[in-house]
Amino acid sequence: MPGRRISPRLAAAFATATGGLVFIGALVTALVRLPVNRRQFRLSDVAREAEQAGFRALPLVLLLGALIGLILAFQSAIPMRRFGADIFVANLVSVSLLRELGPLLSAVILAGRTGSAFAAELGTMKVNQELDALAVMGLDPVTLLVLPRMAATLLVTPVLTLMMDAAGLIGMTLVMVGFGYSEPAIQAQVQQAASVSDLIGGLAKAAVFGAVVAAIGCRAGLGTGNGPRAVGLAATAAVVGGIVATILLDGAFAMLFYRLGW
Amino acid sequence: MAIIEASGLAQRFGDRTIFRDVSFRVEEGQVFVLLGGSGCGKSTLMRQLVGLLPPTEGEIAIAGARITGPDAAPALAAARRRFGVMFQSGALFGSLDLAGNVMLPLEMFTDLPRAERAARARAKLAEVGLADAADRLPAEISGGMAKRAAIARALALDPPLLFLDEPSAGLDPITAAELDRLILSLRDRRGTSFVVVTHELASILAIGDACLMLDRNAWPDAGGVIAAGPPRVLKAESRHPVVRAFFDRAPLAAEAA
Ligand SMILES: Nc1ncnc2c1ncn2[C@@H]1O[C@H](COP(=O)(O)OP(=O)(O)O)[C@@H](O)[C@H]1O
Ligand SMILES: [Mg+2]
Repeated sequence: MPGRRISPRLAAAFATATGGLVFIGALVTALVRLPVNRRQFRLSDVAREAEQAGFRALPLVLLLGALIGLILAFQSAIPMRRFGADIFVANLVSVSLLRELGPLLSAVILAGRTGSAFAAELGTMKVNQELDALAVMGLDPVTLLVLPRMAATLLVTPVLTLMMDAAGLIGMTLVMVGFGYSEPAIQAQVQQAASVSDLIGGLAKAAVFGAVVAAIGCRAGLGTGNGPRAVGLAATAAVVGGIVATILLDGAFAMLFYRLGW
Repeated sequence: MAIIEASGLAQRFGDRTIFRDVSFRVEEGQVFVLLGGSGCGKSTLMRQLVGLLPPTEGEIAIAGARITGPDAAPALAAARRRFGVMFQSGALFGSLDLAGNVMLPLEMFTDLPRAERAARARAKLAEVGLADAADRLPAEISGGMAKRAAIARALALDPPLLFLDEPSAGLDPITAAELDRLILSLRDRRGTSFVVVTHELASILAIGDACLMLDRNAWPDAGGVIAAGPPRVLKAESRHPVVRAFFDRAPLAAEAA
């Protein structure tokens, strides 16, 4: 473009976008070549990452789930009670947990705990030239490092979501029992309000969120620059990118499920 | 036969030319030493040779196959099966202990059973004097140990060509001499070829079959080659002031850069 300069910000945005596309390309290539590079995809890595991302996140997920269930129940009970409808608190809490809050909050926790950790790990590896060492051995960092992490979070996020849902329902039940409802009545109300497909839809979303949060974390790590702040910046980018992507995807799912009449 | 042929290599970063017109051959079974002051581009040249950095200009062939330019990816992948690399920083995998680091290439590229891999890794670590540190993590060892472990990892698959970036920097003189002996014994027993970056004058004279000296001010506008040939010949005959300064003075403390 003669005589015209592209603004640096535009150029940077363009670079980020093309970098993202290149990364997606590398992911697809690694997946296609997985049968050939089977050895570089180590199941022990998947297990280790799953333990880190899943098992170790359980206390936080359970705590947050229970608190959200409690708070939602209390908050919604106030307006509902005016109509004498506080049994419907069970409907509101269970549906919003299973369809929205369970997957969304699990993904946010994952972005904060695991996406950032992935970025820091891979970023440190890059700064230490470990990625170069892999490359000169003829090993593919995407197959060796990214795919196991994505597989781990893909498996683990639905489980975390299920735990979050369960903890939330328990929190809600505690409040409702406090209001004088019997447990069987609450249970019946939940079963009538929420369907299995609500649960499955939520878990499917969670799996997608998990894989995407991991991919964004790994991409931030692999793209780490030079200098003392680079790894920290990569971790920040992973958390912000993970949360934004989760919310955008959630919106896309909302439209999709609406179309499907789910 | 030449195991490496480099012709007309240049590297620019932005508008800075680190070096240009770098050409040389490394013969099979030779220890080829890269010399030059800190920041003259030795590590950069090595990154070009191992295919991590496409040269701005010039061509590289390893064992007769061109690894630069378009369509060279398969040749580069094949060449990588033939060489091992030790980076200046060591670049050990931080999540694996030393034995794990050495075993990784064995796990990826051989069908050896696990016990066999472990035995081989221990043998390689013993070769660099780290037999009793096999289960330590990279964070728990000194810089000199990390370099030796990285050499053991580069040796894991017994490659016919090894790239070593400042292997003896930060080592005590005794360990450095042992390392020289290891290099010579691999050359003589297996015919292994080496490209070694080093500043140790004693080491250069002891192990170097040929050397290439780079300098930041070889050209008015760029760095490049100021001398090439067997180290003893350069020491005896070169008249280039930088070369003279290098060989006539006691070796400078190894620069870490
Ligand atoms: N990726 C890069 N981008 C910009 N400059 C670089 C890069 N890599 C190396 N350099 C510069 O190239 C010069 C040579 O570096 P290097 O090859 O590490 O020198 P040495 O001979 O000490 O190993 C240095 O001035 C360094 O700053
Ligand atoms: Mg260097």
